[in-house]
Amino acid sequence: MNRCRWMLTSLLFISAWLAASAGALAAGPKPWQMNFQEAATPVMEDIISFHNLLLVIEILIVLFVLGLMLVIIIKFNSKANPVPSKTTHNTLLEVVWTVVPIAILMVIAVPSMKLLFFMDKAKNPEMTLKITGHQWFWTYQYPDNGDFEFDSNIVDEEDLPKGGKRLLEVDERVVLPVNTEIRLLMTSDDVIHNWAVPSFGVKMDTVPGRTNESWIKVTKTGTFYGQCSELCGVNHGFMPIRVDVVTKAEFAKWAAAAKVKYAGIQTPPKTAASATAKAIKVAQAAARMPGAHVLKR
Amino acid sequence: MSDTAHAGTDGGHDHSPTGWRRWAYSTNHKDIGTLYLAIAVIAAVVGGAMSAMIRLELTQPGIQFIEDFQFYNMLVTAHGFVMVFFVVMPALIGGFGNWFVPLMIGTPDMAFPRMNNVSFWLLAAALVLLVASTFIAGGVGTGWTVYPPLSNADFHPGMAVDFGILSLHLAGASSILGAINLITTILNMRAPGMTLHRMPLFVWAMLITAFLLLMAIPVLAGALTMLLTDRNFGTAFFSPEGGGDPIFWQHLFWFFGHPEVYIMVIPAFGVISHIISTFSKKPIFGYLGMAYAMSAIGFVGFIVWAHHMYTVGFNVETRSYFVIATMVIAVPTGVKIFSWLATMWGGSIDFKTPMLYAMGFIFLFVAGGVTGITLANAGVDQAFHDTYFVVAHFHYVLSVATVFAIYGGIYYWLGKMSGRQYSEVQGRWQFWITFIGVNVLFFPQHFLGMAGMPRRIPDYPDAYAGWNMVSSIGGLITMLGAFMFLWILYRTLTAGAPAEDNPWGEGATTLEWTVPSPAPFHTHEVLPDTSDLQAAE
Repeated sequence: MNRCRWMLTSLLFISAWLAASAGALAAGPKPWQMNFQEAATPVMEDIISFHNLLLVIEILIVLFVLGLMLVIIIKFNSKANPVPSKTTHNTLLEVVWTVVPIAILMVIAVPSMKLLFFMDKAKNPEMTLKITGHQWFWTYQYPDNGDFEFDSNIVDEEDLPKGGKRLLEVDERVVLPVNTEIRLLMTSDDVIHNWAVPSFGVKMDTVPGRTNESWIKVTKTGTFYGQCSELCGVNHGFMPIRVDVVTKAEFAKWAAAAKVKYAGIQTPPKTAASATAKAIKVAQAAARMPGAHVLKR
Repeated sequence: MSDTAHAGTDGGHDHSPTGWRRWAYSTNHKDIGTLYLAIAVIAAVVGGAMSAMIRLELTQPGIQFIEDFQFYNMLVTAHGFVMVFFVVMPALIGGFGNWFVPLMIGTPDMAFPRMNNVSFWLLAAALVLLVASTFIAGGVGTGWTVYPPLSNADFHPGMAVDFGILSLHLAGASSILGAINLITTILNMRAPGMTLHRMPLFVWAMLITAFLLLMAIPVLAGALTMLLTDRNFGTAFFSPEGGGDPIFWQHLFWFFGHPEVYIMVIPAFGVISHIISTFSKKPIFGYLGMAYAMSAIGFVGFIVWAHHMYTVGFNVETRSYFVIATMVIAVPTGVKIFSWLATMWGGSIDFKTPMLYAMGFIFLFVAGGVTGITLANAGVDQAFHDTYFVVAHFHYVLSVATVFAIYGGIYYWLGKMSGRQYSEVQGRWQFWITFIGVNVLFFPQHFLGMAGMPRRIPDYPDAYAGWNMVSSIGGLITMLGAFMFLWILYRTLTAGAPAEDNPWGEGATTLEWTVPSPAPFHTHEVLPDTSDLQAAE
């Protein structure tokens, strides 16, 4: 309860600040960015606040060591200190520099575990989104909203709409409702991919033969981007993720239309990006060794 | 290297082969050490050229010159393999280990001189196979982790991955033989009076590293063999269609892969301990703590492997165990860092080039180490996994810190190995250029990772352009430093001033400084009595 209130307050602040600066959130990386992308889920907010704690501790450690080294350089160079001491032991000191790091680690471990168990699985999911990775595009399935599915491919550079983000825009976007606890189920039908959206704090491998689970509850409407985060072959860098988060009413409308639009449609897998990639696939297929077992794809 | 006999040698063993036979058939620990160092330098040029191509491609958004993305993936993969297996390990273990373990413990040679020769030539053959793999069927484009299914016959149908597997098999066999040799030598052939607790820390480091190799490499060999039969003989260890599991590979790979990072860095710890003690003119602070901290790091290194796999879909309890176990490593690491600082404290320090590299090592290892604590926490790792933050982290602790130990070690021991001393002015310039270069190269990658840029992509969204440009400029500066190093090496070997037996003075107390420079072909033929060595109280 406390955590909820605390989160709500921080949310209020953030949303007030956002409202002042812009309307809906258009996430994604910014030029010369040095920090996380803006958080849009409780999980990502917790990641950022825990990382702030880590960052402070780590900067202090580095500055401490750097400070000691500066003192050593100034006081114990051969000019300033021609006769070296012969001290090689100090039990108290050795105990201190063993125990203090343990204490620091314990300070880190408690919030770390809290975050880990909080982010693990959805408690009361209201809907499910099923994500399947392919070389090199994503398939999204909405089992609770009419069980339609569609493929999402990268938009090539020459087809980019004005203002579109290169390497991040897709032809068919994922649309999801705001403030809804959504279970994500992920798998792959070829190699291992990884579905990641930085603003959501989600990053999960899609592994053939396994179904992995994660969850999101997006608290802001807007557009969010991600990229495949596990090396998956030639076009690994060219299978982006775009999620449009809309109000629940808008989502209901979209889902109804999508059910009709995508009903029974199985888009044939498209090879994205370059012609070189295609050439390689052909060359590889030609070089395929007899006797090697072949997946059905 | 001259064959001049030194005191106590009656020339009885001095009719050594000459010409190419001296090197090809060598059973001499110094010559084999030199061969290892030479292969490391050659491989470093190859691996460095690959990283230069990667950085040039990433200088600006869009495709610069690598239009074949399989080629890009091959570069990323081969850069990793070359640097890990053919630069860092040969330089630190094969090179410095062969040269200085016998010299430091006061024995004439390694326990198994012929096996030593086999170790080296297996490694050379492995390098040939790896380089060959880059020219076959588009090369190995799987990353150095070789995760199936991407690495199986469906997605890498050509022979490239098979060449890569055989290359790693040979490199692994080479490492196992080398490890057996080191363990036997260190445990059985120490000079009279040199108990385990009086052994120099570099020898401790090599002993621990050898045990890590002996236990980790066979696991990799098993995994590679399974992958080989999956690819060629229809088994399905790693494919779900036949009841296998791709995650099984990841467990085996990282059970080897995590100890592997300590295999690379523990020898570096040993080198740094010697340099710091020498130039501070003080014995090492907390000797026993240092030795057992390395042992503890080696042991814990075997039970933390799954922190490389936080996003594969483990249950939360598994992840929480690996978080805690991983963070434990920070404690012995802290002991080492603070003991080095305490060794310098109260010292009378000469800031010669090796010492600059040792201090650079400490700073970089701490900076890379604290980001390791960040990544150890599975919660925040969900934001960082597979981003440039990870690239920055492991390049700080491996590429930069470990390579600093190699640079520092070469400057430290070059006089002993070649009989010629480098120019101090040039060495210092080379240090500062490299130090600035690597920081400009890798520090901005933390920012890229936080902003979400994934690893191993040949092109990136335009927003990441700024820091990538900075990083590439850092890459050019680092390369300038590397070229300068090669030039210094060349100048020293051809025209350096003659080195004294002990150029570093009172601080250099280990046995290698008691033999002439360059160290003669055979040393310690009369075993030195080390019972007056300062015991570790």
